[in-house]
Amino acid sequence: MPYSFVEGATMADVAFEATGKNLEELFESAGKAVTKSMIENIESIEEETSVEFSLNHGSVDRLLHDFLDELVYYKDAENLFFSGYMLKIRKEEGKYYLEAMLKGEKINPDKHELVVNVKAVSWHKYEVKKKEDAWKAFVILDV
Amino acid sequence: MMETKKPEFNKVSDYIWEISKDYREDMRVPVRVYSSRALLDEMDLQVYDQISNVATLPGIQKYAYCMPDGHSGYGFPIGGVAAMDSEDGVISPGGIGFDINCGMRLIRTNLTIDDVQPKLRELIDVLYDRVPAGVGKGGILKLNKQEFKELVDEGARWCIDKGYGWGEDLERIELNGRAQYADSSKISEKAIKRGLDQVGTLGSGNHYLEIQHVLEENVVDSGLAKKWGLFPGQIVVMFHCGSRGFGHQVATEYLKLFLDVMKSKYGIKIRDRELASAPFNSPEGQDYFKAMGCAVNMGFANRQTILHRIRNSFEKVFGQSAEDMEMHQVYDISHNRASLEEHEVDGEKKKLIVHRKGATASFGPGRKEVPELYRDDGQPVIIGGSMETGSWLLAGTEDAKQTWYTTAHGSGRTMSRTQAKKKYRGEKLQKRLEEQGIYIKATSYAGLAEEAGGAYKPIDEVVETTHQAGLSKKVAKMKPIGNIKG
Repeated sequence: MPYSFVEGATMADVAFEATGKNLEELFESAGKAVTKSMIENIESIEEETSVEFSLNHGSVDRLLHDFLDELVYYKDAENLFFSGYMLKIRKEEGKYYLEAMLKGEKINPDKHELVVNVKAVSWHKYEVKKKEDAWKAFVILDV
Repeated sequence: MMETKKPEFNKVSDYIWEISKDYREDMRVPVRVYSSRALLDEMDLQVYDQISNVATLPGIQKYAYCMPDGHSGYGFPIGGVAAMDSEDGVISPGGIGFDINCGMRLIRTNLTIDDVQPKLRELIDVLYDRVPAGVGKGGILKLNKQEFKELVDEGARWCIDKGYGWGEDLERIELNGRAQYADSSKISEKAIKRGLDQVGTLGSGNHYLEIQHVLEENVVDSGLAKKWGLFPGQIVVMFHCGSRGFGHQVATEYLKLFLDVMKSKYGIKIRDRELASAPFNSPEGQDYFKAMGCAVNMGFANRQTILHRIRNSFEKVFGQSAEDMEMHQVYDISHNRASLEEHEVDGEKKKLIVHRKGATASFGPGRKEVPELYRDDGQPVIIGGSMETGSWLLAGTEDAKQTWYTTAHGSGRTMSRTQAKKKYRGEKLQKRLEEQGIYIKATSYAGLAEEAGGAYKPIDEVVETTHQAGLSKKVAKMKPIGNIKG
């Protein structure tokens, strides 16, 4: 899933750009970028447990922001990192609905090469847009 | 990726540079950057954009200030200071930051470098075991939700009542360790869940716990140093952390609430969504203030619990009681907080909501905000440096009223995290610092590289600027000899 970290956008924090052919892919790419900023070996996260939640919002950028906030929340509240993403996003009557099932495991410093803690997803320069056939998001994380 | 160009500065003094209100038509007040010429030249350009955005916020008084350690953040720059009229101004969570009540604590001892040096490794290892650091580490206190709510209503006192600290610690904390306006009915279940297992955790990033040495040549004001319990050769402990996931969640949720009501209900327009604001005198503004107060209290309680573990660790390693080692707290200060304060604006006394983001209060002698213990001399100000370069203790001044009694908070970054990781390797850095007599234990080598001294501005120049500009006066510099990096 494509995401890349962006240099020069922030001095003390982490910025990334995520893309996807559709919203589900975009959300997964962005979610993985959030996790990758905290742990070097993202591939070491096994799918041992799962959580399910649903979100909705009138705007797609708010929906993605809420989704990334959930990942940050689970990291502290349940000590969970995720690697498996089963996402369904639909638009009904002007509103976006997300149903998510995420699979992952408890944070384990012996196995997961931790880098830095993500405190929050900021709004600074935050952007989600559709360009031609792809969705793109720009996100700055407070670390 | 930025198109920003450097604005024109009017030189007010060698240490004050002004950006006129005409720089952008939506600015309500001019900007004042406190900086030496050298620091100004090196400041990243986005700082000026960000501080100019702050100057557009409704109710802002006099100037939007940037401290000498300023660097770009998200929303407010780090080092940004803005005071809004509490009657008709706004409160902005982005002006405080996600890490509400991130702050510094300094503890003194009667131990000398000769007492500690032979046991330094053991001391750092014990502290590393006893003070949880890094991502995913559970806290020292195991609380239920009700206890957590009590803790965020009561702050450091709650911890002391439960045996985590000494009674005298309270008078050595800003606000005596408790934001009185905190109200736990204004926080969510999610915020509680996020913070529940994190009371007594250092966190990661630039958070640290450091063993420091007071060198004779680094004592600038020997009279005040002595009065505050510092002496040449002494070992002190300094640490840096905040309100952890709880504070982050409070800010996250209220930012969204403000985004929902800001324009539709209050007609507030802003340049950057991170600066989402609500009138201080509005239900949303007041709710956030009370929830922020809970996070302020969590920050004080977090540091109080860690202090308790630090005292325990010293007792284990040195076989003496913390009382015998005179492990008194010098002070605890916050550098991410908004505070309702009375200030003089053009000769008139006004209640202002002062936002300090990466900036430290620096109240001078006689001010009621300074605990009685320090009221004759001004409050202690703790400015933390990188793990290589050392940190400073200063005193608040009357002159600091020019910035609503505010000074710098740290070194300030000059290099992004990615650049730092390219330039430094964690293992190598650890070895190099060990050769310099600084023993470091980190939860992550990559994280360690990001915090290399070279990624920060020169602390001495930042501190000199605050001293020369009259924002705070130097007391003593402390040199690190051991560091735990979260």
